[in-house]
Amino acid sequence: MLYWNKRYECMDRRELDELKREKLIKTVCRVYHNVPYYRDLMQKKGIAPEDITELEHLQKLPFTTKQDLRENYPFGLFAVPLSEIVRVHASSGTTGKPTVVGYTRNDIAAWSELMARSLVCAGTTKQSIVQIAYGYGLFTGGLGAHYGAERLGALVIPISGGNTKRQIMLMKDFGTTVLACTPSYALYLAETMEEMGIKPEELRLKSGIFGAEPWTDNMRREIETRLGISAIDIYGLSEVIGPGVACECEYKDGLHIFEDYFIPEIIDPDTGEVLPSGSEGELVITTIDKEGLPVIRYRTNDITSLKEEPCKCGRTHVRMNKVVGRTDDMLIIRGVNVFPSQIESILVDIGDTQPHYQLVVNREGKLDTLQVLVEVSQSLFSDEVRRLEDLKRKIVHEIQSVLGISVDVKLVEPKTLERSSGKAKRVLDNRNL
Amino acid sequence: MFLKQISVFVENKVGRLAKVTKILGENGIDISALSIADTANFGILRMIVNDPDKALRVIKDAGLAAKTTEVLAVEVPDRPGGLVPVLEIFQKHNISIEYLYSFVKRTLDSAYILFKVDDIQRAAEALQRENINVLTEQEVNGL
Repeated sequence: MLYWNKRYECMDRRELDELKREKLIKTVCRVYHNVPYYRDLMQKKGIAPEDITELEHLQKLPFTTKQDLRENYPFGLFAVPLSEIVRVHASSGTTGKPTVVGYTRNDIAAWSELMARSLVCAGTTKQSIVQIAYGYGLFTGGLGAHYGAERLGALVIPISGGNTKRQIMLMKDFGTTVLACTPSYALYLAETMEEMGIKPEELRLKSGIFGAEPWTDNMRREIETRLGISAIDIYGLSEVIGPGVACECEYKDGLHIFEDYFIPEIIDPDTGEVLPSGSEGELVITTIDKEGLPVIRYRTNDITSLKEEPCKCGRTHVRMNKVVGRTDDMLIIRGVNVFPSQIESILVDIGDTQPHYQLVVNREGKLDTLQVLVEVSQSLFSDEVRRLEDLKRKIVHEIQSVLGISVDVKLVEPKTLERSSGKAKRVLDNRNL
Repeated sequence: MFLKQISVFVENKVGRLAKVTKILGENGIDISALSIADTANFGILRMIVNDPDKALRVIKDAGLAAKTTEVLAVEVPDRPGGLVPVLEIFQKHNISIEYLYSFVKRTLDSAYILFKVDDIQRAAEALQRENINVLTEQEVNGL
């Protein structure tokens, strides 16, 4: 099975742009008439729905941020009456109120369609057995993948996150072929499998569809080797719809953004200006098919770039590169931009396996300091102090030469850094700015 | 002839040593020698125990990083200068010592020293040629 929906996934570019234009015009009308917040904003800027007739006119519209969603908590930005909403999801809301997203029946159908497309990208078919180890509940991961896999007609194991040993037992007993979870949880599963003495050959697992947090190609290689599978990156965020906004195809060279549902832009996160094609910047997404909560130019905070050249897989939809970091994850240490992912690839290159690490930022006097805590795994450990000191020096040296900042490296005992079955906690910023 | 020493990675934090020795104690493992090599923020705890394989397993099960290393246990006279002949033999044969530490248990007139050297086979042979007693695992556990 190559595509789920060839007609749309491989649509001629000109036809696709025309479809996007029509859908954009409809969306702008809908939010103008149904969402007072957008109407006020547009009126303040002197823009009427009739002014938006071409795709380029999108740039005239204001951005939507997570903050805007919070200020309209819980249902203020919904574009339909609550009676039309059949489900809500919400972000974790680690900082203040959560952001709430509402779906109409059509939205759920559209989301299932997008997830079915994504799962097919990861080699899923009607014959597949899909184990969904994303959390179920208000988080979009579990139910999003669930509906997509059911739409596709695969066998779904709705196990949700956690309970790792049981996950592995069922994976073995049920013959799971596709795993859906966060990449850090996939590694945790691999680690636990090794501890239990279960080899990948004992499972029928063939591929995995991993998302909900940024991960590197090094991490992909490690997951692929340790679980013996092909690992596909999926992208999404609850404010836009959930997982299924974009997904890699078998060539793993960028994630196709499903453009018949979303219009992507790349902007300079500081000025808000749209950047030329191919530049790296913040990804901004406008939904052009959603009914419950359409978002206009939603700022994702994710840093990436777009690839417009055609892909070998035949899909015509633009690709986004792997997310390199988040504008809010980006640390500025003594004026230097640092993404945790950069430190992560340095550690992988040195230690040959995926290390568990944490970045701790402090401000001593007027100076920012960055401390890198690295867990000493079984493979990194040496009986000789000299070797461990060398390892430390090497990490310090590599970070210095790649990022141009001096850091303090501290080796810590295995499994002492905070990690959850969901997202790994990579940064501890103790500065009070 | 060589002894399996257990090395464990420990952070320089209160209670780490207690944690490791408690795990061993609960599993009925007897420690006959131990030392700590420390740096500013971590240390390596090295031990000779009566059941190194089991010790390694229970320590790893507790989530710590550990491994075994081969070391030599050498008997030296317990008097001033008693260690000198052994060190001179190593020097003569150009064997370098990575670290050494002594036993917890001693008999009346002998002390026992553990050596981690770069060439353990050659070191043991050199000592035995000069009639210096290199202890086996059984002998160490019998002390």
